[in-house]
Amino acid sequence: MALQGVLRPGFVQIRILDMEESLVHYRDRLGLDFVGKSEDGRVYLKAYDEFDRHSIILRETDEAGMDVMGFKVSDDSLLDDYARRLSDLGAEVSAVEAGEQPGVGRRVRFLSPTGHQFDLYADMELSDNGPMTENPDLWREEPHGMGALRFDHCLLYGVDIDGTAKLFTEALDFSISEYAAAPDDTKIAVFLTCSNKAHDIALVRHTEDAKFHHCSFLLDNWNDVGHAADILTRYDMSVDIGPTRHGITRGQTIYFFDPSGNRNEVFAGGYHYYPDNPTRTWTADQAGKAIFYYERALNDRFMGVVT
Amino acid sequence: MPVFDDRGEGVLRAMERAGRAEIPVGCRNGGCGACKVLVLNGKYRLGKISRLHITKFEEQEGYALACRLYPETDIEVRPVGSLLHRAPG
Repeated sequence: MALQGVLRPGFVQIRILDMEESLVHYRDRLGLDFVGKSEDGRVYLKAYDEFDRHSIILRETDEAGMDVMGFKVSDDSLLDDYARRLSDLGAEVSAVEAGEQPGVGRRVRFLSPTGHQFDLYADMELSDNGPMTENPDLWREEPHGMGALRFDHCLLYGVDIDGTAKLFTEALDFSISEYAAAPDDTKIAVFLTCSNKAHDIALVRHTEDAKFHHCSFLLDNWNDVGHAADILTRYDMSVDIGPTRHGITRGQTIYFFDPSGNRNEVFAGGYHYYPDNPTRTWTADQAGKAIFYYERALNDRFMGVVT
Repeated sequence: MPVFDDRGEGVLRAMERAGRAEIPVGCRNGGCGACKVLVLNGKYRLGKISRLHITKFEEQEGYALACRLYPETDIEVRPVGSLLHRAPG
């Protein structure tokens, strides 16, 4: 098999202000399945097309934002090598014991220059409610809510995005699929992939570190993005922008906020990336089209509002 | 000019429905701090908010997020938040 090493974003742990409201949002509106609640109060959810036990973890506290984003690695034997490579590049690396999240093996944790925590892990129990594998139907039960297929990626904000991007490219073998740069060549947004996807994580330069812009969920097609928009209006949910399309990655998208102000995206489409592809670039004077291909203008809320 | 929160939906959404743009509209859900205001007078209740943006001390001083600000009498507010740069403190 060709795809080895870091496989994909596997989970994100999000801080929320109210568990009941958040469950209505992530379970009933986005359409995730409830997996369970651990003794410390964290709630675990998964999308219907994911095999692993969980992908979204909600932790109730008095601040919004992201605790940690986890990437699944193809083999446990690679974890120590990644830890060494991260450490050699100056990252603060620590260990998270198996079982800190139910059903998840040991994790290598690192702190990025932009102040974000990331975990690498190789083992997570398979869900007993994952996609069928023998003569598989499309789904066990028809998707509900927006019908999110999977947790797909995060966009994170911080100061030294070059430093964080360097960890992902040099220690974890990610590629930069696309970036936008200021006239002096300073990168203002970097899109990184470890797979065939146009991005698995994105970074935007910002005045504050450790900020969470959004976590994103994949939908099947443009009609489903429209259906998501219908749900947002029906339930009077807080919309940021969309439905629209990104120039960068070409994804068809809509952005909205969870009940604690954390931004979510649901999207469809986008190109396929291969590691031999040249990097696509955008100049600052075309930033509007890069971010919102139809509007061709940036929006202050999308650019500035983070948790 | 007064804005009526006649649906109990909070100051920010009432302002939005009235087409008033004096207070920046961010996440609308207590998380981002864009709609931070100082309440100058009146009685109100503050819903759940991210403490990154309003500390308990600030809350006592009359700071609030307009999206989670539920007036119990007429109130007067001064916007102090921003979409692009979080207000200090």
